[in-house]
Amino acid sequence: MAKPKIAYVHLSGCTGCLVSLADTYEKLLDILGAVDMVYNLTLADARDLPEGKIDISIVEGAVCLQDKHSVQLIKEAREKSGLVIALGGCAATGCVCNFSRGGQANQPQHESFVPINRLIKVDAYIPGCPPAPEVIYNFCIAAVTGDTQYLAPFMAQNVGGYHCGCDLQVNVVQNSLCMGCGTCASSCPTRAIEMEFGRPSFNNIRCVKCGACTAACPRMFLPVAEIQKKLMV
Amino acid sequence: MAFGKYKEVMALKAKDAKVTGVAQDGGVVTSILCYALEQGVIDGALLAAKSDTPWLPKPVVATTKEEIIAAAGTKYTISPNMSAIKSAAREYALDKIAIVGTPCQIYAARKMQLYPFGARHIADKIALTVGIFCTENFSYAGLKTVIEDHCKVPIESVTKMEIGKGKFSVKGAKDVAIPIKETHKYEQDGCHVCSDLTAEFADISTGSIGTPDGWSTCFTRTTKGSDLMKKALAAGLFEKKEMAEFAAPMGLAMLEKLETGKKDKAKKTVADRTALGLFTTPGIVY
Ligand code: SF4
Ligand code: SF4
Ligand code: SF4
Repeated sequence: MAKPKIAYVHLSGCTGCLVSLADTYEKLLDILGAVDMVYNLTLADARDLPEGKIDISIVEGAVCLQDKHSVQLIKEAREKSGLVIALGGCAATGCVCNFSRGGQANQPQHESFVPINRLIKVDAYIPGCPPAPEVIYNFCIAAVTGDTQYLAPFMAQNVGGYHCGCDLQVNVVQNSLCMGCGTCASSCPTRAIEMEFGRPSFNNIRCVKCGACTAACPRMFLPVAEIQKKLMV
Repeated sequence: MAFGKYKEVMALKAKDAKVTGVAQDGGVVTSILCYALEQGVIDGALLAAKSDTPWLPKPVVATTKEEIIAAAGTKYTISPNMSAIKSAAREYALDKIAIVGTPCQIYAARKMQLYPFGARHIADKIALTVGIFCTENFSYAGLKTVIEDHCKVPIESVTKMEIGKGKFSVKGAKDVAIPIKETHKYEQDGCHVCSDLTAEFADISTGSIGTPDGWSTCFTRTTKGSDLMKKALAAGLFEKKEMAEFAAPMGLAMLEKLETGKKDKAKKTVADRTALGLFTTPGIVY
């Protein structure tokens, strides 16, 4: 089997997601060994997407609507790629880019930053700021080996788009599903969630809108078959 | 299959008097954790311990035998143990963490192992999961209402509480037992979609249902759990009996009856809520 052609498309993000990918240490070599990296602006000196088809585009960062090049790049990535993956909060949910109102030197006109699904169809989302190295690794290996059962939760369309710690209240607590495990609190990169009398108590001011808490909550999805197969041995 | 996948099931009672003095039932959790710590299988455990508020547990990271023993005993309200896993891995710098919890907390730990969205270099440090049988749980305010309004005992006077034989009983300013039925409406509603009584995804799971007072029913479910238990048994930590010694309607027959009841109730709750147009957790009934 030929190695899948991968493009790493870097839009408006802090490169933390790429660093998190590299933070898989020696496992990074498994990933790099299993793929053919055809484009990665941060690591290799090629400014444009290559000609022809790409199997998977991994996108880091939100799209700036005032930056014509970014808009064109995400459109082009979609056209050329079999699959587009939103890696990390900024691409998947907008994350901290949601707060932008423009007015910053030296491109003060750069004002509107949106998750990539505002402009293109996205096949899978990996939320988190950044997503933990292990979840990126698991995702990549599952993508390369065609482990669709593992991938299914990333492909649910509600994982992408605007998210917030409030989702726990709206989706979990208000649906009488919360049982107070505290996973949301330990999944939050900014420690915006504290547990008070067995329910998440959420501090909006700290929240960067990364979507990790909801994705991690065992009441949002419970991968029973995966747990059986991979952990109960 | 009843009770999920497991390797062995047995009745156990800890021999260490320090443990049996404080444990709720057979002292399995406390003993096996102390043993795992001694053997270097774990270097700490996430547990529900006492807080300053009477009967409100708080998650703690226990790194010594004394701390593990101090946290023994069932707490009949929520302790968000998974909220402390980040500090166990970061502030306490533990490499081999044991998670002790209700079946839903074991779900949470297992999901985190496979999908650690926001748990950088944390999930790989989960070395052992010990699940505690659970039929339902109360919010703290719910528990307080049961004890103070129904049992009419001040919560700060309570020294032990227990659910069993159709009763909710407390020992405190006075000893009171009320029919368990009276407490049902204070159960946390999130429990009603839960179909796991026996912590089907823990390495080891244990609880009092199915065995006489002072004993615990115990499943080993993974190679890791089973190996640890075999070594602990060889080291003489427990008295052991076969579950077959406890004939129906006791023993596994009783456990199975309660488990089926819980699974049926969860299915019905999910169906009812779906009919109302509410979201319920994909995968939660199985
Ligand atoms: S509360 Fe925390 S984990 Fe949840 S979306 Fe906000 S920053 Fe992310
Ligand atoms: S992760 Fe646990 S505590 Fe947080 S909302 Fe979900 S069920 Fe509740
Ligand atoms: S009944 Fe289920 S959801 Fe409720 S505390 Fe027990 S294990 Fe958790």
